[in-house]
Amino acid sequence: MTLDTKDRAIIEATQAGLPLVPQPFAVVAETLDMSENELLARLKSLKSQGIIRRIGAAPNHYRLGMTANGMSVWDIDDKVVDELGEQVGSLSFVTHCYRRPRALPVWRYNLFAMVHGNSREEVLIKRDRIADLLGEACRASDILFSTRILKKTGMRLSGQKG
Amino acid sequence: MTRDLSKLDRQLINRLQDDLPLVSNPFATIGDDLGLSEQDIVDKVRQLRDDGFLTRFGPFFDAEALGGAFCLCAMSVPEDRFEDVLTKVNAHAEVAHNYERDHRLNMWFVLATESRGDIMRTAKEIEHDTGLEVLLFPKKREFFVGFRVNA
Repeated sequence: MTLDTKDRAIIEATQAGLPLVPQPFAVVAETLDMSENELLARLKSLKSQGIIRRIGAAPNHYRLGMTANGMSVWDIDDKVVDELGEQVGSLSFVTHCYRRPRALPVWRYNLFAMVHGNSREEVLIKRDRIADLLGEACRASDILFSTRILKKTGMRLSGQKG
Repeated sequence: MTRDLSKLDRQLINRLQDDLPLVSNPFATIGDDLGLSEQDIVDKVRQLRDDGFLTRFGPFFDAEALGGAFCLCAMSVPEDRFEDVLTKVNAHAEVAHNYERDHRLNMWFVLATESRGDIMRTAKEIEHDTGLEVLLFPKKREFFVGFRVNA
């Protein structure tokens, strides 16, 4: 993966969002002093490299009424955790799904799946669906509801390196 | 503050969570699908953003692919020291977000740094500042999520 100066400039110019006009890429290209075709080609390349995951909109969970969020955590047999993690991730209500290391003895869970919902009850129902999917491979589980946002900064993606 | 979303708004929010094509007029195809003009779609997307239903429209980058390092961390903070510890933890610019959660491990934050070495250094600094252990939960594997909010 290589990012040249122009790619960096594209990332810098678009990470806060695209202008909401009929031809957003033409507007960005003009500010970057490149043609729209070059910009689109470079964006396609960034996408094929996995640097761009998708082009679209992020819904605001809270504004849409999804005020409850629970981090469900699971102790899964290491032999099957990757296979099951794929299945948990593909559930339509799981927003993030990761395998992480245990921190024994205080933390036995190796699979983390974030679940959002309109209420804790709804999140718990979704948690139960994950439990059904995991079946006997799950040795223990817990769910940690967030009670307060203590800090939230926009993720600053550095476009200055390279 | 709250307004009711029309059926069309909901369809549009759902549609905008799909991957849009990298073409000159990305909103035109959505307009075709929903039976609206391109300009109508642009106006509606702007309105949904201004009303806070959408946070951002544009490319979503894989932050790690851009060269940064990230790590989920957790601490068990005694109740009577919570605010003091919070101030010390949040003072680090590397703490990108931080949530209180209802568990013995009651403070969960993400460190975002330029390099993996900076993750360890920052965690050690936080341990030094607070006198509390910082547990590190780096991601070993990320599973693809097909998540979408059903607006």
